[in-house]
Amino acid sequence: MSSSSVVSFRTLLAKEMLRFWKVSFQTIAAPVLTAVLYLLVFGHVLEEHVQALPGISYTAFLIPGLVMMSVLQNAFANSSSSLIQSKIMGSLIFVLLPPLSHWQLFSAYVAASVVRGVVVGLGVFVVTAWFAPPSFAAPLWIFAFGVLGAAMLGTLGLIAGIWADKFDQLAAFQNFIVMPATFLSGVFYSVQSLPPFWRTVSHFNPFFYMIDGFRYGFFAQSDVNPWLSLGVLALAFVVAALIGVNLLARGYKLRS
Amino acid sequence: MAAIQVSAVTKRYGSTLALDRVDLQIERGEFFGLLGPNGAGKTTLISIIAGLVRATHGRVTVMGHDVIHDYRAARSALGVVPQELAFDPFFTVRETLTFQSGYFGLANNGAWIEEVLANLGLASRADTNMRALSGGMKRRVLVAQALVHKPPVIVLDEPTAGVDVELRQTLWSFIRRLNREGHTIVLTTHYLEEAQALCQRIAMLRAGTVIALDTTRALLSHIEGVQMTMRVRGSVPPSVLAHRIDERDGALVLRLGEPGDVGRVLAECQAAGCEIEDLEVGRADLEDVFLQLMAERAELERIPALATA
Repeated sequence: MSSSSVVSFRTLLAKEMLRFWKVSFQTIAAPVLTAVLYLLVFGHVLEEHVQALPGISYTAFLIPGLVMMSVLQNAFANSSSSLIQSKIMGSLIFVLLPPLSHWQLFSAYVAASVVRGVVVGLGVFVVTAWFAPPSFAAPLWIFAFGVLGAAMLGTLGLIAGIWADKFDQLAAFQNFIVMPATFLSGVFYSVQSLPPFWRTVSHFNPFFYMIDGFRYGFFAQSDVNPWLSLGVLALAFVVAALIGVNLLARGYKLRS
Repeated sequence: MAAIQVSAVTKRYGSTLALDRVDLQIERGEFFGLLGPNGAGKTTLISIIAGLVRATHGRVTVMGHDVIHDYRAARSALGVVPQELAFDPFFTVRETLTFQSGYFGLANNGAWIEEVLANLGLASRADTNMRALSGGMKRRVLVAQALVHKPPVIVLDEPTAGVDVELRQTLWSFIRRLNREGHTIVLTTHYLEEAQALCQRIAMLRAGTVIALDTTRALLSHIEGVQMTMRVRGSVPPSVLAHRIDERDGALVLRLGEPGDVGRVLAECQAAGCEIEDLEVGRADLEDVFLQLMAERAELERIPALATA
């Protein structure tokens, strides 16, 4: 890659990061507060009644799930909202006129989503860690699932942002696909506690593997082998990335 | 090598033909005008040159680079001022320009950015958020964004639509300077007097086809003679009405063969008892040429329709 290509990529990445940083109250502080509220409510109600993993309190179990849920939702929100806003405002033209390749566009939007997802995740972790002492049984797994999961959702956000023409289409994508998939992925419970049918259904949800693998990094315990989770996540990311890059290369809904 | 080469470009949107086998060659260093009524295909053509829209058929190059197969070199050579007043509400003017410069691979472009800001009267608003700018100021930023990478070819799509006289003068003096320094300029505008004053060559589009392509001087010579606009009270004699080509705001617009005819027309009016309230005599301008060419083309299009009716 030439030095001017590096500058082009770096600039788009910096612009995307500054975009969410300028409204950090909404893009970082608000999701951290939401996660803390979940912890307070669910932790208080279920602490005495549920033990999802042996030897681990429910609050301690819940924290990694909430962190990962925040990472995923915010990574999705970053690329999707940036694209839909710039499409509707007409300012997307400023990245379509320069000589940015589809690879540069893809990697800059997804990398910015990863940064936002990880920043929000760290924020949630720092605030919620006070409620239950954290353990880091396998930190590399935490890092791998955190970054790859954010990249996966950043890519999904990119695809949704390209596809949607209106904010309500994007909201439908977020509320009817991303939100249920994250909620039903084992954030608040272990899938082992589910009836066999729903346990099987959960194994078809890629979000389950993201949450389960991420949690393995904290407790060295999980519902499925973390290598399987990593494999499923990596495969899902590659498929989504190929779709996203293909849409950008074809100029789908961007260049008529 | 031409600055822009448009070869047999056709663009279809479903059953609508937006451009029909358009051929254009814009030379390096030219100040070129692209004129036509709304819906003529000007913005579609510019969008194809900029790579925002893909042609159904045909080929476009910018500075010899194909806009599809060699799009990075083509886009690097091109600066486009879009017609729509778009802006990113998160950033200041300086941030907007620094990012735009970076997208083109230029990291240390501060000196030129400051020069563009100063030349477009934006220096005092450089650290103002885009949302806080007036429409005219936002338009200046759009122009600045197109110039930030010093492109050899600059396309301005209606850059003075809805902006004040001061900006027009500031803008045109800067664009003229860039043209003198060797930049190729392509302009679309609804203000035909601007095109007449600035452009060396003009293409006129109508319904997706080029109906005229010539030097501005040659186009103006298309309409010979003198144009006389007069407001009169009383009944105008038929010998004078025979010269009428238009009526604007209650004033008669006459075309006369030579300056000497002016005296004869005035004498005939006075002899008929008409009182002349206002009078203006001049050569035909680009607007007259434009209207005449559009009317001729509309007439040509009507003939086969009548024949088949």
